[in-house]
Amino acid sequence: MTLPDLHTNRIDLKLVAEMVTPGSRVLDVGCGDGALLALLAETRDVDARGIELSREGVAGCVARGLSVIQGDADTDLTEYPDDAFDYVILSQTIQATRNPRFVLEQMLRIGRRAIISFPNFGHWRMRGQVFFMGRMPVTDSLPYDWWDTPNIHFCTIRDFVTLCDAVGAVKERAVALDAAGGRVGVSAPWWFWNLFGAQAVFLLKRG
Amino acid sequence: MSDFSASLADPLREANEPTSEVARFGPDTPLLMDCGVALDHWQIAYQTYGTLNAAKSNAILVCHALTGDQHVASRNPVTGKGGWWTAMVGSGKPIDTDRFFVICANVVGGCTGTTGPASTNPETGKPWGLFFPMVTIRDMVRAQRHLIDALGIETLFCVAGGSMGGMQVLQWAASYADRVFSALPLATAAKHSAQNIAFHEVGRQAVMADPEWRGGRYLEEGTRPSKGLSVARMGAHITYLSEPALHRKFGRKLQDREAPTFSFDADFQVESYLRYQGLSFVERFDANSYLYVTRAMDYFDLAADHDGVLAKAFAGTKTRFCVASFTSDWLFPTSDSRAIVHALNAAGASVSFVELESDKGHDAFLLEEPNLFATTRGFIGSAARARGI
Repeated sequence: MTLPDLHTNRIDLKLVAEMVTPGSRVLDVGCGDGALLALLAETRDVDARGIELSREGVAGCVARGLSVIQGDADTDLTEYPDDAFDYVILSQTIQATRNPRFVLEQMLRIGRRAIISFPNFGHWRMRGQVFFMGRMPVTDSLPYDWWDTPNIHFCTIRDFVTLCDAVGAVKERAVALDAAGGRVGVSAPWWFWNLFGAQAVFLLKRG
Repeated sequence: MSDFSASLADPLREANEPTSEVARFGPDTPLLMDCGVALDHWQIAYQTYGTLNAAKSNAILVCHALTGDQHVASRNPVTGKGGWWTAMVGSGKPIDTDRFFVICANVVGGCTGTTGPASTNPETGKPWGLFFPMVTIRDMVRAQRHLIDALGIETLFCVAGGSMGGMQVLQWAASYADRVFSALPLATAAKHSAQNIAFHEVGRQAVMADPEWRGGRYLEEGTRPSKGLSVARMGAHITYLSEPALHRKFGRKLQDREAPTFSFDADFQVESYLRYQGLSFVERFDANSYLYVTRAMDYFDLAADHDGVLAKAFAGTKTRFCVASFTSDWLFPTSDSRAIVHALNAAGASVSFVELESDKGHDAFLLEEPNLFATTRGFIGSAARARGI
């Protein structure tokens, strides 16, 4: 799934791309139309592979020459051997998986590093909508109503850190971006990120 | 260019002296077959399109399906019709003959110029018939490798094919990984399913039940098991289609009549269509060839050659793969393609996979399918960039 806000999204993709060592082997889980894969192939010279659920997404990726298979993050990661990739990326997709913990564990098994970016449900605008309006949040970057959203497992940055601890993942890097795409204070405490980060990007490795 | 006004070729003559290029091999280059036989005198008939570049790096081998032949993109001399994959192969087509050197050869066991049961056995001077050794998909690929050697091509830029052609693509990638830069197996499987073996057996029994089959010696005795082969083709043809495609094309419409005739005439259009398919098939295809080539598909099980683990067939491969299936293909369903993809993933191979939406059944890979063409163009284009051509 890709966020409709192209500006924010591109900063998010660039941030992910910066975390990838040039020349490495990368799997992008939920690669959508292949924007990140194309960026990685062009700027980081990586061996880029993708998995995408939608038939249209895969057909588009293959037609533009990307190495992408039609598959499901929840079921198809088990097919890959241990350490098959240097990086396994889950960009704006973890909230749409049925079993985020299992997906994260599989990513850490088949990749030496995992990169996860996700929208932060703890952002002040989200909290504001719940608190003041008593409604599930709908924002520019998350425009779905609760009954038609593909995003079934929302979390906050704090929640995600708890999951990392639960699966024994080591956080090598973490970056929070505000709604405009700027970085939230690098040395700020978690609670500050959790309030002002519209989305977060984590670089993880096995503990 | 082919002369479309030319008279049609005799299929019997085509089996030995085809209207194609032919590479002939003698005892110094025997065809070593899986059944243990070494064919000392054998030949392979092939067509080429486009120009081989100086580096010999732009060759694409197209592998044909069960009843196909080497005439992939040009007039078939026996039927007078165009090639069997002109939607995909030709000038400006996804497999572009302006850019690539395309090779298509008749399979071993076939009947359009490569050695098979309709060919003359040099030891007896009679048609091989059932004395021809049993053929496997790997034998077909071995024969193609000899041809590629003879053409002086070290590495094929791509090996492409659907159905049984896709089986050959997979076998090429497994047997000669270093010689296959990219592979395009379409609507295929790494093993023939029990259901598909069952369908083939019905077809073979139909041929053998025809008294004119004469225990396989019909060519010597001057007969043809046309009824049996026709029934085999009718049955098989249904498996290449889908209920939605049949319904769209025929429904329950009647053939040239207002009401059922209360007889066993071809009242329904679908019956008339199938009868025509059967009749036109027997004019171009040898019945014993049909037995041999269906058997080769039945025996195909790539994993079985690798301790039952399909991923081992592709261990360490550097070949780039693109696998595609069709939603309505129940003969080679998407699950068959997924099994290939899972094995390739487990082997760490570069693989793309897409299930394409189509209601045309197994035959979709041969037809106008824009999504298949876009996928093929993208895959071949990116492979060509990686190959530097």
